[in-house]
Amino acid sequence: MKPPPFAYHDPTIVAEATDLLGRLDNALTLAGGQSLMPMLNFRVVMPDHLIDINRIAALSYVSIAGGRGHFGAMTRQRDLEFSADVMRAFPIIPEALTHVGHRQTRNRGTFGGSLCHLDPSAELVNLAALHDGVLEATSRSASRRIAMADWVAGIMTHSLAPGELLTDIELRAWPQTHGYAFEEFARRHGDFAIAAVGCLIDLAPDGTIAEAALCVSGLGPAPVRVVRAERLLKGELPSHEAFRAAAVEAESLEAATDVYVSGAYRKHLARVLTYRALERAVARASDRRAA
Amino acid sequence: MSDRRRVKLAVNGNEVEREVETRMTLADFLRLELDLTGTHLGCEHGICGACTVLLDGQSVRSCLMLAVQVNGRQVTTVEGLARADELSQRAFWENHGLQCGFCTPGMRTTLTEFLAHNPGPTEAQVRDAVSGNICRCTGYQSIVASALAAARAIRAAKGQS
Amino acid sequence: MGWFGASIKRKEDPALLTGRGRYVDDIKLPGMLHAMVLRSPHAHAGIRGFDKRAALALPGVRAVFTFSDLPPSMQRQTVPLLVPSPAIKQASMPYCLAKHEACFVGEPIAIVVADSRYLAEDAAALVDVDFEPLPAVSDCVAALAAGAPLAHRDACSNLAAVIPVNVGNAEAAFAQAPHVFRERLFQHRGGPFFLECRGMIAVPDPMADALTIYVSSQGPHRHKRVLLDLLDWADHQLRIVTPDVGGGFGPKGSFYAEYGALAAAALALRAPIKWIEDRHENFLSTQQERDQHWDMEIAVDPQARILGVRGTLTHEAGAYMPWGVVLPWIAATSVPGPYVIPSFHLDVAVAFTNKVPTSPVRGAGRPQAAVVMERLMDRVAHELKLDRAEVRRRNFIKPAQMPYKVGIIFRDGRPVTYDSGDYPTCQRKALDAADYDGFAARQAQARAQGRYIGIGIGNAVEATGLGPYESATARVSTTGKLSVFTGATPQGQSHKTTLAQIAADQLGVTPDDITIVTGDTAATALGVGSFAARTAVNAGSSVHLAAKELSHKIKQFAADMMEAAEADIVLEDGHAKIAGSDIKRSFREIAARAVGMPGYSMAGGPTPGLEASSHFTPDQSTYSNGTHVAEVEVDIEIGNVKILRYVVMHDCGHVINPMVVEGQVIGGVIHGVGNAFFERMLYDDQAQPVSTTFGEYLLPLSTDSPHVEVLHMTTPSPLNPLGLKGAGEGGTIPAIAALLSAVENALEPFGVHIAEAPLTPERIVALIGEAARGRTR
Repeated sequence: MKPPPFAYHDPTIVAEATDLLGRLDNALTLAGGQSLMPMLNFRVVMPDHLIDINRIAALSYVSIAGGRGHFGAMTRQRDLEFSADVMRAFPIIPEALTHVGHRQTRNRGTFGGSLCHLDPSAELVNLAALHDGVLEATSRSASRRIAMADWVAGIMTHSLAPGELLTDIELRAWPQTHGYAFEEFARRHGDFAIAAVGCLIDLAPDGTIAEAALCVSGLGPAPVRVVRAERLLKGELPSHEAFRAAAVEAESLEAATDVYVSGAYRKHLARVLTYRALERAVARASDRRAA
Repeated sequence: MSDRRRVKLAVNGNEVEREVETRMTLADFLRLELDLTGTHLGCEHGICGACTVLLDGQSVRSCLMLAVQVNGRQVTTVEGLARADELSQRAFWENHGLQCGFCTPGMRTTLTEFLAHNPGPTEAQVRDAVSGNICRCTGYQSIVASALAAARAIRAAKGQS
Repeated sequence: MGWFGASIKRKEDPALLTGRGRYVDDIKLPGMLHAMVLRSPHAHAGIRGFDKRAALALPGVRAVFTFSDLPPSMQRQTVPLLVPSPAIKQASMPYCLAKHEACFVGEPIAIVVADSRYLAEDAAALVDVDFEPLPAVSDCVAALAAGAPLAHRDACSNLAAVIPVNVGNAEAAFAQAPHVFRERLFQHRGGPFFLECRGMIAVPDPMADALTIYVSSQGPHRHKRVLLDLLDWADHQLRIVTPDVGGGFGPKGSFYAEYGALAAAALALRAPIKWIEDRHENFLSTQQERDQHWDMEIAVDPQARILGVRGTLTHEAGAYMPWGVVLPWIAATSVPGPYVIPSFHLDVAVAFTNKVPTSPVRGAGRPQAAVVMERLMDRVAHELKLDRAEVRRRNFIKPAQMPYKVGIIFRDGRPVTYDSGDYPTCQRKALDAADYDGFAARQAQARAQGRYIGIGIGNAVEATGLGPYESATARVSTTGKLSVFTGATPQGQSHKTTLAQIAADQLGVTPDDITIVTGDTAATALGVGSFAARTAVNAGSSVHLAAKELSHKIKQFAADMMEAAEADIVLEDGHAKIAGSDIKRSFREIAARAVGMPGYSMAGGPTPGLEASSHFTPDQSTYSNGTHVAEVEVDIEIGNVKILRYVVMHDCGHVINPMVVEGQVIGGVIHGVGNAFFERMLYDDQAQPVSTTFGEYLLPLSTDSPHVEVLHMTTPSPLNPLGLKGAGEGGTIPAIAALLSAVENALEPFGVHIAEAPLTPERIVALIGEAARGRTR
């Protein structure tokens, strides 16, 4: 299980990377390596060129201001996990990260890498969709912004055009006292989730749900915002009936079947986890408002 | 025709310089170029943790890194822990923290990072910390006991309780 | 006795802890080449030919070996089967490289040798093989049905073996029984998944027609026997050494076809060749356990006393039978366990399929047998509305009945006779420790909170200490240093410490003064190896006897040197001393005397040399036993199982090193947890392996593993000098049964019935659903 031969490039600035991507054929980008290196070791990918972007320091940053968080694509999961700024503005991220792999993988894995690899179960991809993420794709000549809703082109397939590099991830920050919960079921700690639900809740002063965001992942190629559930919850007082109705909406999503897990079970999990996520997020919102 | 680069880095405090194929993994570099065979290959796809080393003090899976990526960095392997980390070593010895010994170097490097940041862990936290390291022999219990004993010994040595 | 029974720290640890272990892949030799084994990508295919040109054209590639490159001695025979049996109908074994037909995905078909493993992999991808795909059989039940594809093209059926097991008259017992209950069980166990993959280095002797082999194994002597046959060589031409081994669990005890091919390649190239299995190959080609289909009935009287057990077992052999029928034989003959079973009848059919061969993995079929018997006992309890522990109590073999003849012939050719054990006390103490009596209240309280907890019991008896023998030679060198050479071959079981403890007690030294040298065919002519929980009994007894005899010899020479009576000599701190005085001689001086001096006669005295050997030969296996009690909580919405508490009461006779035994038991329990909930080797219906990474095949992690409370009791074995029984597999054997029982108990309000392993969360949710629709009970 040794990697096949390739030509290795390690650009130090974005322009160098996009130049390489623009002119090389059969090139793959190496970010954290936690997904790509196993594929190289198994030789399921055989690139002629490997573009290692770990030396591009300018791609690693966390910048939160004006209700928006900007994350460089090479920001390590570890840095997201331990950042006080992220904890303050996006507390669901550190919570979800406790489910993401293990210490060793988070020390190397990156936010952008996860978004480009697009494992259907990836927690960070769920969170990007949950926060109405907008991704910046940069090429030699231009850069463009791609909404999360348009990012997933197919199973484990992103929407970058040839020659483009993912450079920035923008997330919408929720009000300071928002409630949050990330619920997932994986067979073992750190495994990819069979299903996961990210939930954000903003409560109005009268205790009703001012806004809810609900994102289910693991059922298909892309995480899905359960828009109908979000609409049902808006303006409602939190209650068993409200949570249940939202959970039923989550269960109605399409889900894939593979040799290990049936679609029916994934849908079932979507329902169970949605209910639990709402319960916890609402409780948190109440606590944080009261505090 | 192989793609080659020079790498220069510090391994266990010693400067080393070699020319390597760019596709050579860090794990193979340590084992084959430097004869540091304490770092083991258990899966080569980043799950078992037997290959764990410290990169600038952070635990990483050396089977998922290329040797060329650590140019200019500091790598610590289990061989480099021998001198610096006798209390943890003793704790493993006293608590039967290993049987076949194959996962052990990865356990030790992982715990070195963990205990540096978590000097007073609970059992649950220790289990979480080594959840990325597979052991097929011990059932983990003696490894957890060893880690807790190491933590106690390290705190005692620093004069804390 | 000072060292026996002490939990001393291990001699192995200082090196292993500091990365100074010496596993096969750590060995580097001058001029060493690297091999990759090219393996069949087809589950079943004819092999018509090879085109090696592109591979050989790559710089750094030295050779590509296929069947026609093997020496005549390897072309005319398949890998010898070391455990024949009259039950075997077709003793299919592989050639060292596939001849005309590959019969499982992963079967070795060529060896590629290059300057590095990286280059060997590059070259292997360029070898062009002309395959003729053939129909593959993927399921062992379907394999025995009429019209099934043949796993071996030239065979007439897929029936590998038939094993009838009979005690008493089951037909009569069942005909008259007031109660008969039937259980159909599917059990799947997976592979060993040792952390260190297999590997070997073949080193040709530069001057003689000879070979030294380093191999990660569980016994080099058995490998030597096979390879001598394959090379048609004499004893002095082959030395096999096993260095540190990173886990074995059974399948490293087999001689794999590629070992022969690699040896031949090294001889042909006249250079050392190293081959290390990578994890992908490990999934494809390392032997494992797999599917068993049981259809069983139990007959009981109104007091729940067993009148008989009968049924059928269909066992999956895979493509070949490297361990004959040992695995299904053990499974079948272990069913009775600790209970009185007046009549027992089992028809076992063993089927070939186009998958990697099955062979014993820690527990060796006994875990499955325990599941069968314990599910039947739970069923009886459920049907007759009795407590599960009570049903077991009523059927235990009592201590007064020891030695107890079960009535079956075990795989060692001997009647199964339990030599000792106190099963009722073992269960009682385990239940007390687990607060079994208080469980009903705990369960009721949990249910009131909407939580579903359950408790399960697993009892098992374990044949250990299997013969025929183990070798031990204890020797004092002329420097006065002590070595004990043995065929025992550890893979983590601490033999280098425990055997030193035994020897130290006989020789008046500390364990640190003795070096235990294991697994080297040059060190002991005879040896068997370490598997089946046999080393403590066989090697422990041999070491004890050899060390004892050595101590006599030391005293004999010393008596002569000090002009004293042998009876007055004691051994202390590496010296022989006249008791009650300061007169002594060091082992070094005595050893010098024992090797003699040219010209000085040693006639009339003890034989030359300060050494003694023993090959302790047990009459039969000796039986350990255990009771496991598991308490679990089931999340009924998700189906996930959390183990709340796990208690083991274990009896393995006298214990050399309690810390070591506890480690073995706990490790075994966690392996059982894996088999109960996580480990499944999935194949598709073309026998293609689907689970080929650690992301898909799930081993229990630290966060999946409960804290295990291990308690001991001791009924010494009457069958060996130290009263020892084996401890290597006892943690695994009752574990799956206890866990399944606990899950079923937790889900009792839903009427769920558990009759399979492994059990996934999705399956648990489905079973709850089925029960609600009236389909499981």
